[in-house]
Amino acid sequence: MNVKNIFLFILPAFILITFFLALNKNNEYNTQNLIGNQLSDFELKTLDNEKIIRSSDLKINKFTLINFWASWCAPCRTEHNYLILLKKQKQLKILGINFKDKKIQALNFLEELGNPYYYLAKDKNGKASIEFGVYGIPESILIDRNLNIIMKFIGPLNEEDYKKIIQYINNNE
Amino acid sequence: MNKLFLIFWLYIFTFNISAKSANINEIEIYKNLRCLVCQGQSIADSNSEFAQTIKLVVKDKIKEGKSKEVIYEFLASKYGDWILYRPPLNKTNFLLWSIPYLVLSLGGLIILILTKKRKNTGNN
Repeated sequence: MNVKNIFLFILPAFILITFFLALNKNNEYNTQNLIGNQLSDFELKTLDNEKIIRSSDLKINKFTLINFWASWCAPCRTEHNYLILLKKQKQLKILGINFKDKKIQALNFLEELGNPYYYLAKDKNGKASIEFGVYGIPESILIDRNLNIIMKFIGPLNEEDYKKIIQYINNNE
Repeated sequence: MNKLFLIFWLYIFTFNISAKSANINEIEIYKNLRCLVCQGQSIADSNSEFAQTIKLVVKDKIKEGKSKEVIYEFLASKYGDWILYRPPLNKTNFLLWSIPYLVLSLGGLIILILTKKRKNTGNN
């Protein structure tokens, strides 16, 4: 086999392998790579503007679910029932972070659908969401008391996600 | 009076320069950041909620005196290297960076071998 033949074999093989690998790769972007990382310290104002919620406040809970939501977000309505159900879990506290919303509308939303949140914070300009690696809402992050990210849910929580959370909490009681 | 006049102009001049350089940095940074919710747009090109928020965060970081590299590192830690158009060389993208050079060297080598071969055939 001379050099020319080797070259004629390698080049198409390289192109084919590259295309095969590239086309089989899932290019859908997600922040799942954050799982296992520890949340950096944060401070958030409560929705009523009266208190500050710090990351250290969450260390007393066995598990915390951080949920980014807004009254203007339609998928947030569909996941709300699951949050109400998750509220019943004793080992879990939910931190709701109201994202780029108006206080009055946020409160109306909770009055209409119920309030699943143990802590209720606001992210008026969205800057806090970047600290959590959020790029759209709704998004939810399950953390343990060491602030380690256990699960991350992009988009509205569904029944499968709900079951996954419950199962994890029950298995790690 | 002259001294005061000089200080005033120096102040204006340095303020202008720092404002300009801050501006350039900002846009330069936005251009190297991918808008994750857009189709093939950078943060500089996009007006989406996500892009606007990232711009606010980058502005804050610049005000805090953070360097370009620190800002990229911070955003990559939150969103992965995918957010950077020019990710730094690391274990994962090592092949991506090295393949063009490898192909170039291989091409050169092939040309060299072929030329030598032709020379030899010509001599014979």
